[in-house]
Amino acid sequence: MELLEQISFNLQNGLDDVVAALTKDAIEKRIPPGEILSDGLIAGMSIVGEKFKNHDIFLPDVLLAARAMNGAMEMLKPLLIKEGIPIRGKVVIGSVKDDLHDIGKNLVAILIKGAGFEVIDLGNDVPAEKFISAAKEENAHVIGMSALLTTTMPVMKKVVDLAKDEGLYGKIRIIVGGAPVSKEYALEIGADAYSYDGANAVETVESFFPVNN
Amino acid sequence: MRPVFRLLSDELIERIISQARDILCDLGMEIHNDGVLSMLSDHGASVDSEKMHVYFTADIIDKALETAPDSVKLFDVMGRQTHDLTDHNVYFTPGSAAINILDPLSGEIRKPLTADYVEYAKLVSRLDNIASQSTAFIPSDVHEKISDSYRLFLSLLYCEKPVVTGAFTIDAFNVMKDLQLAVRGSADALKEKPLTIFSCCPTAPLKWSDVTSQNLVDCAKHFIPVEYISMPLSGFMAPVTLVGSLVQHTAETLSGVVLSQLTQPGTPIIYGGSPAAFDIRFETTPMGAVETQMMDCAYNEIGKYLNLPTQAYIALSDAKKLDAQAGLETSMGATLAALAGINNISGPGMLDFESCQSLEKLVVDNEICGMTLRLARGIEPKEDFPAIPIFEELLREKHLLIANHTRKHLRDEHYFPGRVIDRANSSRWEEEGSLTIGDRAKSEIARLQGEYEPSGLSGDILAEMTRLMRAEAARFGMARLPHEDL
Ligand code: B12
Repeated sequence: MELLEQISFNLQNGLDDVVAALTKDAIEKRIPPGEILSDGLIAGMSIVGEKFKNHDIFLPDVLLAARAMNGAMEMLKPLLIKEGIPIRGKVVIGSVKDDLHDIGKNLVAILIKGAGFEVIDLGNDVPAEKFISAAKEENAHVIGMSALLTTTMPVMKKVVDLAKDEGLYGKIRIIVGGAPVSKEYALEIGADAYSYDGANAVETVESFFPVNN
Repeated sequence: MRPVFRLLSDELIERIISQARDILCDLGMEIHNDGVLSMLSDHGASVDSEKMHVYFTADIIDKALETAPDSVKLFDVMGRQTHDLTDHNVYFTPGSAAINILDPLSGEIRKPLTADYVEYAKLVSRLDNIASQSTAFIPSDVHEKISDSYRLFLSLLYCEKPVVTGAFTIDAFNVMKDLQLAVRGSADALKEKPLTIFSCCPTAPLKWSDVTSQNLVDCAKHFIPVEYISMPLSGFMAPVTLVGSLVQHTAETLSGVVLSQLTQPGTPIIYGGSPAAFDIRFETTPMGAVETQMMDCAYNEIGKYLNLPTQAYIALSDAKKLDAQAGLETSMGATLAALAGINNISGPGMLDFESCQSLEKLVVDNEICGMTLRLARGIEPKEDFPAIPIFEELLREKHLLIANHTRKHLRDEHYFPGRVIDRANSSRWEEEGSLTIGDRAKSEIARLQGEYEPSGLSGDILAEMTRLMRAEAARFGMARLPHEDL
């Protein structure tokens, strides 16, 4: 098996030590880091995502693969930066003001990170202004918001409105989720997308970043 | 004999409690509330105020368990006793705080409105096997800051039954307490005759938020009963084994007991919860999973072992419609709960992981509750010995339909479900329109709402409650309340 294929294969099986060793090997063999990322790691994660969606594998399998991905990314990141290869995309995510539910948000954050994106987790009870200032500071491409209470949903609209005021709207993608949130609500407040679970969130965030990136 | 279902041996219960106590003392807990931290510190707990972390002591846990009452009584708005939550007594209450309702007419899942809430409260007033109301969903046509207090207000206005409820903010507690004072007339009368139960959730794992811990303290100050809703999610936010999740549930719930009892020794509390299995295939928290229901029954045994009244979210389903899954999960939960003697059984009407209330399902669940309440009464001899005389009568008369023995015991011995349960023979069923349970539930809702009788509360009290609610709404810029336009 070719080295990058081996990386993909072992990543799919969640073997983080093996993936780390193979990635080191690939770097030493001077395979371009962009290729290691796209044809090894991301290729493997896409298959994992697909299998998860089809119920061939379950959440813990995805998290194990994500852990292997994150380990390899740590090694690749400095090289990618040196070569000027843009990271896959940066996401700031949080549970909105007055909402302490963070289980779903945490899961989404882990899965998006596992797919190779950089994730800045703002935690829970995050005020609208904080989403905007963090997105600006971090030069983020995506803002992700979670609300589990009917009463905290309106904060999402506030963030969208603030993004408009600050000239971010249209440049930065806004994605929302949580039990009381729906596709219709996302449309109504002017968010770019709604996702109903972690796998779906990864797909949606990926759709913001065409592959040639 | 009252049948009782048990999952844990006393020895296992003791080991679980002992580990939970060790967790509270050795690992401690995060509590994001300065007042609570300083109270615990005053009682000898060691507190790291910077990290908002507290280490409990064996002494305060024992002290709390000593002052916690072993029974909680509830009284309806008219002051009549409806509940004695103790021992193996069981009562049902609708699942609470849904995000959506399943529209009984259109079949659409949508955000609820005030009009839906009023229909719900009227319906509950007519359901015999549902002993209390819960603030079952959140009307979406009022400002979100009053959505918790307004649903309590509507409940107290339209239905006499006591209410299982909860606040979403620290502030909202005030008007929710004042509404109750308006009903009872004085703080002493409210203490004497509790009208509501507040649900307060610790945050898994091992944490109390500012809001929920403050709600708990505020309830204790006014002797308002509290049920703790600890939610370990097995294999995700808690150990995957049921025993491991029970240890976490016990630690979180015991911490609640301590907070309440140190605030106000003797304040009424209920050992509740909503632990759940975590489905790693769908990223969901199934309330209809058998493991969820087993954990509920098991922590109820732990609560009983500690001599505390218990509660659980158990008679409910994750189905999205009133279908066979809704029936089977709800029945299994209700049956286990009744047999386990969970005192306050939450769930009827609820679908979709506690997200959706359905009036149709509530009417059907009312029958499930009726049947399980009958089951819980078990089998007792009633003028059955000696047996010869009744058999002599049977042989003589050829039937016992009008025998004295039958007339005396029929209604008590056999539960006759309402009209939603089909017991007609097939010809009659066809002649009456081949109706499904959904069809029958719809007409039952209409029939029961038609029988609605307004609350017996005096005009003065209703006016005072309305004044309080209007003032609260005005704080958030609402000049009129939607129910006034119905
Ligand atoms: C666990 C839980 C809690 C835990 C939360 C622990 C924690 N650390 O998060 C605790 C016990 C603390 C809790 C507290 C409360 N809760 Co609660 N809780 C739940 C419960 C049972 C499950 C939520 C959950 O974790 N699900 C599992 C995760 C994996 O799923 P998820 O959160 O839906 O996330 C997935 C998707 O939605 C999506 N997603 C989520 N976020 C995002 C974000 C982005 C960007 C994207 C793309 C996708 C996405 O992907 C996720 C992964 O699959 C829900 C029931 C429900 N139906 O949701 C009630 C529920 C949400 N809670 C409710 C209530 C009322 C409360 C309290 C107010 C109760 C009280 N009186 O104290 C408090 C509020 C505290 C606060 N201020 O936030 C109500 C909401 C009612 C309403 N109409 O708003 C619900 C519906 C239950 C009920 N009927 O009572 N709760």
